[in-house]
Amino acid sequence: MATDTAAQLGSETSAGDRARARKRAPGEPRNVAWLYILPGLLFYGLFTLAPLAHTVELSFFDWDGLTVGHYIGLGNYREALDDPLVRDSFRHSAELIVFYALLPVALGLLLTAILTRHPVRGFTFFRTALFLPQMIAGVVVAQAWVWIYADNGPLNEFLRDVGLGSLARPWLGDFSWALPAVGGIGTWVTYGLCMVLFIAGAQSIPASLYDAARVDGAGAVREFFAVTLPALRNQVVVAFVLTTINALRSFDVIYNATSGGPGTTTYVPSFYMYRNAFVFNRVGYAAAIAVILTAAIFTLAGIVLYVSSRGDEG
Amino acid sequence: MTATRVERAVTYTVLTLFAIGAIYPVLSILFLALHTKSDLVTGFAWPTDPSMSSFRAAWTEGDFGTGLKSSFIVAAVVTVVSAVLSLGTGYAFGTMRFRGDRWLFGVFLLGIIFPYEATVIPLYYDFQDFGILNTYWSLILPQIGQSVAFGTFWMRAFFRSTPPALVEAARMDGASSFGVLVRVLLPQARPALLTLCALVFTYTWNEFLLALVLVSGSPSKQTAPLGLSFFAGAVRAGDPTKVAAASVLVAAPIVIVYIFLQRHFIRGMLAGAVKG
Repeated sequence: MATDTAAQLGSETSAGDRARARKRAPGEPRNVAWLYILPGLLFYGLFTLAPLAHTVELSFFDWDGLTVGHYIGLGNYREALDDPLVRDSFRHSAELIVFYALLPVALGLLLTAILTRHPVRGFTFFRTALFLPQMIAGVVVAQAWVWIYADNGPLNEFLRDVGLGSLARPWLGDFSWALPAVGGIGTWVTYGLCMVLFIAGAQSIPASLYDAARVDGAGAVREFFAVTLPALRNQVVVAFVLTTINALRSFDVIYNATSGGPGTTTYVPSFYMYRNAFVFNRVGYAAAIAVILTAAIFTLAGIVLYVSSRGDEG
Repeated sequence: MTATRVERAVTYTVLTLFAIGAIYPVLSILFLALHTKSDLVTGFAWPTDPSMSSFRAAWTEGDFGTGLKSSFIVAAVVTVVSAVLSLGTGYAFGTMRFRGDRWLFGVFLLGIIFPYEATVIPLYYDFQDFGILNTYWSLILPQIGQSVAFGTFWMRAFFRSTPPALVEAARMDGASSFGVLVRVLLPQARPALLTLCALVFTYTWNEFLLALVLVSGSPSKQTAPLGLSFFAGAVRAGDPTKVAAASVLVAAPIVIVYIFLQRHFIRGMLAGAVKG
């Protein structure tokens, strides 16, 4: 767009002006840009990129954080592949993706399907409420849900009140229920985001598309698959990327709600990395887990984006 | 075809249910906080006789005055500095072309999906070597780095949306690139900047892992979420109402700002998300 403007300008002015205009035109390479980028790049490079590179470097060492480290090549990675706790951590993350990503996206789409039949008045209020969980610090979220899941907390009281008292249990202390309970926290945090994302997207779908579908005799279900879902593809992709990354990170809630327990049933990679680095003093090993986690996140984000961009061409 | 009454009723019922679901856990901890330990709270815990004593106890025992102050200092510095830096990077990427610009912008984009968990280990050891472990700097510097990635992306989108003719006209009048930025574009950038500041402040305020790793050793530098985590670990078994009160103290500043600026928050998170 910028080059168009420069070309227009050039055709309307004299030769001398043209040369000057072109020299200053935004379409030309401008070294002054570096002046504006360098300060930001410096912080980003020094405190984000450089530490990441340093993590990769550390992952090739056997180091306790105090004495001199030993270069052991891929030793940490080999150990990680054989470590049952690493495998469990990633398996737990995969299970959390169901709760953090799949469930909220499915819920969001279902609601959007119901809601797009007509405009929603007072959406601002609902939007504000639905988005609230996104604003709350993970530590606070953990405290709130520790109470909700507590032995005498609201969830168990509710179950007892409706005659399902036999299901009541201390959810976060239960070996088979702790992980799904943590997942429930993730669903709570992300479903509003998905809903608002999809509903906002759906409200901007031209009404003529729906009219056309209805003239063709499409019911609610076909209307959803023929009109709403295709129009929301970008939003769905974004929601998947965001929520999947959240599921793989999820350190704050785990650390504060379960500390990985009971036993190791809610260990996730970031938590196990933290334990290795700052509790067991296995710094190199922790770095290797961090690298594997980063690679997993980039790979998953890459896959989602690749699949969605291929859909664009088709 | 207009929606039937039944459809409308279903819509609002469903929306209301999900809105309550989003709010309830937050309210439940507020209700719990308005009790005292001797109430032996169970279940929904509607506070029939609200009491502030848990808040008072949490405030003094958990030293949350210090925690909130630390959080505020760190979040304010990170917000202001990253806003200024992002204004620069966004301006360059949004209005200028230079060698390697696409490649470099891609590097910044990486910082948005990037798990910063992978950087805390070297940050801890490097900051130890620099002697800034357990200082505000150890929290401020890395969070500026992380925020600049999103800020660059966000401000670039804003600068690309400004009419190029505006910039052209100012340039023809002989304005320097800095003059164009400050006199022509900055006045229009205020809403975009406000959104960016609201988001960066919130993310920084809520941050936990960096605080846990980098300032655990110094009680006077601990942020409010870190203080809450320690306080909960020490007190929860004895008196959950105090932990609830402390949680409310930590969340309240952000929730209050959110209620006033909700449009900015939501716009930032949605637009940032979709364009990403």
